[in-house]
Amino acid sequence: MGEARMGHGERVTARPSRLAESWRSLKVAAWLGWQIESNWTDPFLFAVYSVVKPVAGALILVFMYLVVARGGLANPLFPYIFVGNAFYIYVNGVLLGVSWAVIDDREHYGMLKYLYAAPLNICTYLVGRGVAQTAIATVATAITLLFGVGALGIKIPPGGVDWGLLAGALVLGLAALAFLGLLLGGATLLTARHNYFVGQGVAGALYLLSGVVFPLDVLPQGLRWVGKSLPVTYWLEAVRRALLGDGGNEALRALPTGTVVLILALSTVVLAVASVLFFRWAERIAHRRGLLDMQTMH
Amino acid sequence: MGAREFSIETQDLTRVFRVKRREARGQTREVVALDRATLAVERGELFGVLGPNGAGKTTLIKILATLLSPTAGTARVAGVDVVENPWEVRRHIGMVSGGESSGYGLLTVEENLWMFSQFYGMRSGEAKKRIRELLEVVGLADRAKTKIYHLSTGMRQKMNFARGFLTDPEVLFLDEPTIGLDVQTARTLRTFTRGWIDDHPDRTILLTTHYMYEADELCDRVAIIDQGRVLACDAPAALKRGLQGEAVFRLTVDGDRDLGPLLGRVDGVQRFAHAARDGHTELDLILADENALVPVLTAIQGAGARLLSLEKREPTLEDVFLRLVGRSLTEVSEGGGEPPR
Repeated sequence: MGEARMGHGERVTARPSRLAESWRSLKVAAWLGWQIESNWTDPFLFAVYSVVKPVAGALILVFMYLVVARGGLANPLFPYIFVGNAFYIYVNGVLLGVSWAVIDDREHYGMLKYLYAAPLNICTYLVGRGVAQTAIATVATAITLLFGVGALGIKIPPGGVDWGLLAGALVLGLAALAFLGLLLGGATLLTARHNYFVGQGVAGALYLLSGVVFPLDVLPQGLRWVGKSLPVTYWLEAVRRALLGDGGNEALRALPTGTVVLILALSTVVLAVASVLFFRWAERIAHRRGLLDMQTMH
Repeated sequence: MGAREFSIETQDLTRVFRVKRREARGQTREVVALDRATLAVERGELFGVLGPNGAGKTTLIKILATLLSPTAGTARVAGVDVVENPWEVRRHIGMVSGGESSGYGLLTVEENLWMFSQFYGMRSGEAKKRIRELLEVVGLADRAKTKIYHLSTGMRQKMNFARGFLTDPEVLFLDEPTIGLDVQTARTLRTFTRGWIDDHPDRTILLTTHYMYEADELCDRVAIIDQGRVLACDAPAALKRGLQGEAVFRLTVDGDRDLGPLLGRVDGVQRFAHAARDGHTELDLILADENALVPVLTAIQGAGARLLSLEKREPTLEDVFLRLVGRSLTEVSEGGGEPPR
């Protein structure tokens, strides 16, 4: 470990920078997350599961749309709903993946206190734990979109896709979700395992308020403003504009695409600062109250 | 060697927990887990903290390992303040808690350990070599590729013990490391621990235990702690020498008897502890001198009890604890008793 000795038996260790430690934490956590997500069965079954799950999810949506909402596949609302749902897979994967790692490590694996006693950056560690979920969500989203194009006739011609916008929006959106996960992770540090339901609640609220399945325009005025303040809303708007050529929200139609991306970027930065500050505050409280090895799984 | 180098220093370290009162909703009461603890552990020492369950041992380790903030006082590990710079402290420490089965169940033993080594920036090849060596020591070499959800609690505990030593930490905290382990394993781990500190004079181990024998056998110095307070701190032999002027006896009398009030009135009885064992009553006595034995035996006989055995013993740390606290260590340690030797 790059160690040298001096007089009086003093040990002088070559110190890695905080950045190096953070990068290391991210890498190892991503490896761990992948092992946890993929190691529960053999690779073949895991591959089958990875394909079947999003397709089944898409079929449920189509069933609900056709039978419950009595909509038609040719209705312009259908691609809006379908793409929103496909990308919502990331919300569950990244947001809950990051925050759930706190409960998992603290109460299921009993490792959180050992992680906190180790020289790692816990924020990048938690984000790293979400990387595997992100990879799985990426595959699931891609399969869902391919299913939509191939089986349900959704028109996403590769030549018509704004790939640059898609990539940029995806990076910013995933960052926003990771920071939101960190915010929830901070809350989880201070609370019992039922905070999982808080995470589910937040994911549910995003589903309703961010224009995942229906445009912001149908929301009451107050909720519409809530929706307009969420980075996820602008992320989905940008993704739809990149894939479908139209965001589908009348409330945002007046905004040029560049402005949508700028708002997404700025709101992500605000969320990042708020999340890190809140997480650090929650850590201090957890240290003060002795909550890092709390066991609440009854 | 010039000035003494302390790996661990605490000054009036205090930790108070607020606990919800069951009987009164919304109200809290204060529990003092650590009460102005002042300790100085030199580099190269294997330092023991001996005390019953609930004495504050784990609280002390949690504060030193940066997992818990103290309410008052200061603590420095490897020369770094644990409150002001916890990040830096973590670069110098390792920690193992006994009696728990932590670990990532879907990973193998080897993967669990390797992953941890990577958080410390060990080279992968070096880590794997060290893992093989440590798994040999703890008797898990043939389980290296086993996913740990297949392991018993004891085996997981052995793996966690290996994890503590894996990164060769400058200061290692061992919190009841042999609790619940079988005789052979506990002995192996104690031997390894002693050997490791002897081979690494620039490292330091702080070990907590409620096993008197473990503290006596392993530690260079021992702090005796009860109800959060450090009652004494010295080498085990020196602590026992403090009782040399007194006489230590163990008596067994028939039946399950409460002889406490009786013995409390006998002149020359400094301290006593009694425990029911196999239908008999076992008495540990610290007497001012041997002459005090006769009135003790007379009093016991007067109470109608029959003496089954009488043994004059060399003082142990158990007797030191009894002398300091007025209760025996095993009496106040739930499920305590002696460790598997």
